[in-house]
Amino acid sequence: MTPQDIIQQYDRSPDNLLSILHDLQDADEHHYLPEQNLRRTAQYLGLPLSFVYGVATFYTMFSLKPRGRYIIRICQSPPCHLMGATTIVRELMKLLGIHLGETTRDDFFTLEMSSCLGVCGVAPAMMVNDEVFGNLTSERIREILEEKRRGA
Amino acid sequence: MSIFRTHILIPVDENTVQSGVFEVKRQLEKELLLRNLEGEIKVLETGTVGIIGKGVILVVFPERMYYTQVKVGDLPRIVEEHLIKGRVVKDLKHFTLDLQSGMKDFHELGPTRRQDRIVLDRSWKMDPENIEEVLAAGGYRGLEKILSAPLSPEAVIEEVKKSGLRGRGGAGFPTGMKWEFTRKAAGDEKYVICNADEGEPGTFKDRLILEGDPHRLIEAMEIAGYAIGSRKGYVYIRGEYNLSIRRMQKAIDQAREYNLLGGNILETPFSFDLEIKKGAGAYICGEETALIESLEGKRGNPRLKPPYPVTHGLWQKPTLVNNVETLANVPEILFHGSAWFRKFGTDKCPGTKVFTILGHVEYPGLIEVPMGTPLREIIFSYGGGVKEGKRFKAALLGGAAGVFLPEKLLDVPMDLESLKENKAVLGSGAILVMNEDTSILDMLFSILKFFAHESCGQCSPCRIGTRQLVDLAYKIREGRGAEGDLNMMVNLSQTMFSTSLCPLGQSLIMPVRSAVENFRDEILTPMKPS
Repeated sequence: MTPQDIIQQYDRSPDNLLSILHDLQDADEHHYLPEQNLRRTAQYLGLPLSFVYGVATFYTMFSLKPRGRYIIRICQSPPCHLMGATTIVRELMKLLGIHLGETTRDDFFTLEMSSCLGVCGVAPAMMVNDEVFGNLTSERIREILEEKRRGA
Repeated sequence: MSIFRTHILIPVDENTVQSGVFEVKRQLEKELLLRNLEGEIKVLETGTVGIIGKGVILVVFPERMYYTQVKVGDLPRIVEEHLIKGRVVKDLKHFTLDLQSGMKDFHELGPTRRQDRIVLDRSWKMDPENIEEVLAAGGYRGLEKILSAPLSPEAVIEEVKKSGLRGRGGAGFPTGMKWEFTRKAAGDEKYVICNADEGEPGTFKDRLILEGDPHRLIEAMEIAGYAIGSRKGYVYIRGEYNLSIRRMQKAIDQAREYNLLGGNILETPFSFDLEIKKGAGAYICGEETALIESLEGKRGNPRLKPPYPVTHGLWQKPTLVNNVETLANVPEILFHGSAWFRKFGTDKCPGTKVFTILGHVEYPGLIEVPMGTPLREIIFSYGGGVKEGKRFKAALLGGAAGVFLPEKLLDVPMDLESLKENKAVLGSGAILVMNEDTSILDMLFSILKFFAHESCGQCSPCRIGTRQLVDLAYKIREGRGAEGDLNMMVNLSQTMFSTSLCPLGQSLIMPVRSAVENFRDEILTPMKPS
């Protein structure tokens, strides 16, 4: 489906904006919202581009920059912090050679900070695309990254 | 219908999914097929049992034997020993449990201790994706009762008011009154919104209700819609909660198919329909007016109150916004009556509360107990006490917008009133336990960073204040602070309490003041020259 097809599945009602942005981003190869798609959406819903841009930048799940095949969302909220998330974040940055908000050169991984993932019983936790991983340790994150690299 | 001699329940929630539950289930089914047991033993997916962080769990009925941390390699022995020979595989982690009577407890400790469940009563006993099982377990009987009587909308509201149910999202507003305000508000078009934007750090009760019993919420929203005179509801779910969204959508589709949702429900004149709206990652959208803005397709900036959503909500129409856990109580209240509900909990705060126990405890997890259960019992009996035999230092109650509670207040009953008397809050029901090695300042710093990140930036006190608090805490943490900085933090958060537009900026006073008041000496330590 082209971006235009995705947009036209919805009624021309402004309350569909978030749903459209979600769908466009999910369908994008690089998991992001290129400017062209924001323009298309704005035009379809009859909204100013600045408004659509404002919405897209407000929510942390939307990205205006291309991202890797796997988006790692690491939780740093207080429960995960208490259980050692800071060490895990540092480790991830070292292993991937990138900072939070960046993508690896091979376009494989993007590292992002996430709000509470609601799996605090297995803190520290992270999500890789739609998959949740908990009870993270240095060894465990190494394994997960390996697994993803191999699986591709 | 075939009769099975044994049922094996496999709780599927985000926690067990990440431990590989689907692989275990697949292998178990294969193993049963291999031994021609598929006609005798049925494998079922259910919602959560409330045991978190113990890997994949199998519950074998009728013995009620729980195996935890189950790995694929354990399956041949469970099948061979337990299912064929009827012997418990003793070297695997296991216990038995009877939630209703609590008689068969192997342990006095941990999540197997007796609980009183209302909102999570069904979730672990049935497959939430199969409406027939839900109906057999008592689903939609509350709705059926009011529609078949029929009870007038006013009578429904009266029953909810009499039950004394109060909002479980944090504020504790009487639910029946909120319903009445919305019913009496002028206008023909009204909306019901289920607030499932659970984002308070340390809270996952709503997720487990959504995953374990989505039909309960559909039923509750229909009852609410009937009571206030609405035909349309929205479930606003956090974008990160994939399993919740999937199960809720499936439940909605099934309910429509069974004429339990949509036009002329149960062949009565009452019509009501539901739609899921997916959030996109913003803590602030848990605030009801921000949630409404987001539902309308805008940035989640909170509105100035009043007017309240009960008169000017979604598209400026009267709107009822209730939290997931609040709504989940409604069908049972209508079915059993308000007097039954009042048997649980305290006089001013009836019913049960779902608590999430986290951090440095032996058994992290989720329990449902009557309001007013002492904190000590929750942490030390259900949570199994502090991990590795360490000493208890503090508990952070109610998530990030919560309070640090010191050891001397451990006996406080966990209900809205008692906590308020002790300058604490129930909040979302999250209980984060910290052991003696925890730095309170470090935790406070983490909380402040969280708020600085999540402030929507609309009003200056919150946008600038949260940043300033992070800087002050950082300075103290680096050993460059003075006692005056600590006082400034309290003053600043007090100012933010008085001047911020919404509860986000207003609530920083809770963690800041409780940390400073209860742990002042400790926080000052890095400032002292060593």
